[in-house]
Amino acid sequence: MTAIGHTGIEPGRLPARRRWATRLEPYLYAAPAVILIATIMLVPLVIGISYAFRDIRLLNPFSGGFVGLDQFVKLASDDDFRLALGNTVFWTGTSVILQFTFGLILALLLNRPFAGRGIAQALVFLPWAVPSFLSGLDWAWLFNPVVGPIPHWLTGLGLMEEPFNILADPDLAMWGPIVANVWWGIPFFAITLLAALQSIPRDIYEAASIDGAGALERFRSITLPFLAPTIAITILLRTVWIANFADLIVVMTNGGPADRTQIVASYIFTTAFRRLDFGYASAIAMVLLALLMIYSLLLVALRQTLLNRS
Amino acid sequence: MATIDLEAVAKSFGPVHVLEPVDLQIRSGEFVVLVGPSGCGKSTLLRMIAGLEEASSGDIRIAGERVNEVPPKDRNIAMVFQSYALYPHMTVAQNMSYSLKLRKTAKERIAEAVKGAAETLGLSKLTERRPRALSGGQRQRVAMGRAIVRRPQAFLFDEPLSNLDARLREQMRAEIKKLHARLGATSIYVTHDQIEAMTLADRIVALDAGKIQQIGTPLDLYQRPANRFVAGFIGSPAMNFVSGTYRAAAAGRPVHLQADHAALPVPDLDRPDGHAVTVGIRPEHVLVEPGDAPGTIGCGVELVEPTGMGTIVHLRLGDVALKAYRPGYTEWTAGQRVHVRLPREHMHIFDEASGARIEPAGSGRSPGLSEWPAATKLD
Amino acid sequence: MAAVARRRIAGTLAHRAAILLYILVALFPLFWLLKVSVTPNPLLYSEGVRLWPSQTSFEHFAFVIRNSDFPLFFRNSLIVSLSTAVIVTIIAAGAGYAMSRFSFRGKLWLVGLLLVTQMFPLVMLIAPIFRMLTPLGLTNSLTGLVIVYSAFNVPFAVFLMQSFFDAIPKDLDDAAMIDGASRFQAFRQIIVPLTLPGMAATLGFVFTAAWSELLFALMLISRADASTFPVGLLSFVSKFGVNFGQMMAAGVLALIPALLFFLLIQRFLVQGLTAGAVKG
Repeated sequence: MTAIGHTGIEPGRLPARRRWATRLEPYLYAAPAVILIATIMLVPLVIGISYAFRDIRLLNPFSGGFVGLDQFVKLASDDDFRLALGNTVFWTGTSVILQFTFGLILALLLNRPFAGRGIAQALVFLPWAVPSFLSGLDWAWLFNPVVGPIPHWLTGLGLMEEPFNILADPDLAMWGPIVANVWWGIPFFAITLLAALQSIPRDIYEAASIDGAGALERFRSITLPFLAPTIAITILLRTVWIANFADLIVVMTNGGPADRTQIVASYIFTTAFRRLDFGYASAIAMVLLALLMIYSLLLVALRQTLLNRS
Repeated sequence: MATIDLEAVAKSFGPVHVLEPVDLQIRSGEFVVLVGPSGCGKSTLLRMIAGLEEASSGDIRIAGERVNEVPPKDRNIAMVFQSYALYPHMTVAQNMSYSLKLRKTAKERIAEAVKGAAETLGLSKLTERRPRALSGGQRQRVAMGRAIVRRPQAFLFDEPLSNLDARLREQMRAEIKKLHARLGATSIYVTHDQIEAMTLADRIVALDAGKIQQIGTPLDLYQRPANRFVAGFIGSPAMNFVSGTYRAAAAGRPVHLQADHAALPVPDLDRPDGHAVTVGIRPEHVLVEPGDAPGTIGCGVELVEPTGMGTIVHLRLGDVALKAYRPGYTEWTAGQRVHVRLPREHMHIFDEASGARIEPAGSGRSPGLSEWPAATKLD
Repeated sequence: MAAVARRRIAGTLAHRAAILLYILVALFPLFWLLKVSVTPNPLLYSEGVRLWPSQTSFEHFAFVIRNSDFPLFFRNSLIVSLSTAVIVTIIAAGAGYAMSRFSFRGKLWLVGLLLVTQMFPLVMLIAPIFRMLTPLGLTNSLTGLVIVYSAFNVPFAVFLMQSFFDAIPKDLDDAAMIDGASRFQAFRQIIVPLTLPGMAATLGFVFTAAWSELLFALMLISRADASTFPVGLLSFVSKFGVNFGQMMAAGVLALIPALLFFLLIQRFLVQGLTAGAVKG
């Protein structure tokens, strides 16, 4: 049996320093990311919020003063903003619903094994790799009666009297970016839902088949409940993301014709980029942020009540 | 080879105590097995010795030197993991030599050490393979090889055999024992399998719910379990327990069983009349007799399980299930009425409330770890 | 039985037809881009809706490559996107490893920080970032773009890398440290080599995102020689809005690197998005 020495801690600062280094280790690994995000995203965010209460116009050297809630008062009576708000709802709602529906169908199709699934998957996911600005340009060209086939097809189907560019028609223009957005966004939904589908254990389906459940019944009672959490979170995040997504509109219509495709996000960009009115742009952005947060909270609260009820 | 001393080593996460203070001295070259059900704290204890987890309090000494703040890489110990934890992108030889490379050992020395370990473990033909191309048993050997090339101060094993099938487990168990006999290395071995504990250990440390229940040689734990937990955990098939009341005032000082109020003759106990006790007896000590001899209890046979080597007879006494184990075959069949005799000398008596062992009166043995309060002698 | 078999065959046919339809819809816009880019100018209008021109030529490509700034834009975009991808992958690997392997007090804050950045509109940052970078001389500079893009892409990449690290057993880190490696050596010599596929996927995601970014590039870059491909293409469109062949040739060129990266990473897509998909 070994004799036991005294239990006191050895003198010297080494153990203390080592313990400290161990504690510090995770922070060292995370530090670069935190510093980068804090300086390039959080600091500007705070500055941006402060801009909303100041008069910051790049072209006016005398601007910069504190104006309180003036920007928000002006915003309340801004017809362009109200129009953009309505457009945002239409743009976001339609895009998300269509992307989700087609994405879910695609995921279900791909979840079934078949020869050549790998290559088919690569091909249908391809639009997702197309840079968004390019996807916007591409679709703008497809809608252009000079080089694009779509107006000619629509005329051939009798849906159009003569080939014209729907992007120039105030009543139809929003459908241009929406189509481009849906085409470009289907893969995201499909990939996410497919990943969720593939995590459903196979034997549950087998058990259900043995119990006599038909395909529709299996979808209703197994697939949907399993997918529900993924669907909820994906739709929530995607809605927020699409509401903020101005690239396609800036590229395809630049908000026109007659501001009929101007959404809040593109309105912010136009205000900052073309009018260089940073104060007003920040005020609009803050309102958008507030609206999106209210939307998210409502959705989360709704989910919670539904969970509590069941 | 080195001694490992634990002094009041404890682990807690905030208010949750994962491991109560542990005191343990491990001799140089000793093979100690930490055994207990999952979640008992045995792996936590091992990981603290390895330096993979910090001890919340207490001192850990390896070869007499306090190592609490020493990172695992400087503790000079080797460890075999349950998952083997082989590096998937390295060959068998690279897996085994990684530790030597980190220590900047000369190339020839490394080659020699790897060759030696591979030969010992029968891996010579596999040194250029990746772990993916090996069977479970081969992977286990590589994990052992990785430990032995180092010639470390101590070996730590974290349930190294639990991913193997029964046959391979038996074989590797024997090899580990031979290896230990050859290298004589201080070893700490964690397992939830009591057979591994019994066969491998010089000393067993039985743990439950973050507390040491008993420390002793395998036979100590088998013959004199310190409490109900150890009694039930060590031995297979597991010990039978029946609850009853000690009747010090009645003739013969029996225990009246709750099951069918039968009077069970037990050793004399230093306990007052009416003390609630649990009587434990191993299945191999239960005698089954056909006739209604005095001192026997009538039971029904519920199930007969022949294992080849012997037979397990499941019996029912009121609402208590009893098991008896007989070598060879028996003629008993389910549904039969039989009589069992529970020999007094093989009985283990435990305090019903605390579960601690109660030594027979006048046995002259100190209570040891069972620690009942210093005699409340009433008669 | 025959009816069941017939229904099964009909189902299979419908399934294949639906897949084919999706493929056609996915590819047609890209096909059209390619088709117009190889159509000689005289045929552009006379054969407007034909699926493939009677004659093809690469004159538009030749023009774009020789007579425009596109090679420069291409080079700028490549520099920006590659640097961003490499920087983000390295930084995200560190933070992702910390999130995967340590439990520390600041972890909840870190997750909160990363999630917050995913929620607010990035357009909100356009004005402040412009004002912050101007005095530092980082507007009209590729370095400025790389810094901004890196910050924007780090949060998602951290979640992605964390999910890849989570897939590697912690026992390997422990085994390496017992073998005598420091935590950082274990990370570099054991864990990183095993995460290379995941790192490639992250690299691809970030590259594609940086290659596509338009709004901040428009805002921060006004000099042609520092323009990225999206900005260049857009100004090209507004300047030469009539020459569709040349524009689409430029579009095809812009597509190439993105598609190459996509093909490289596509088999990790489903796997990588399973755990922490938040942003496209």
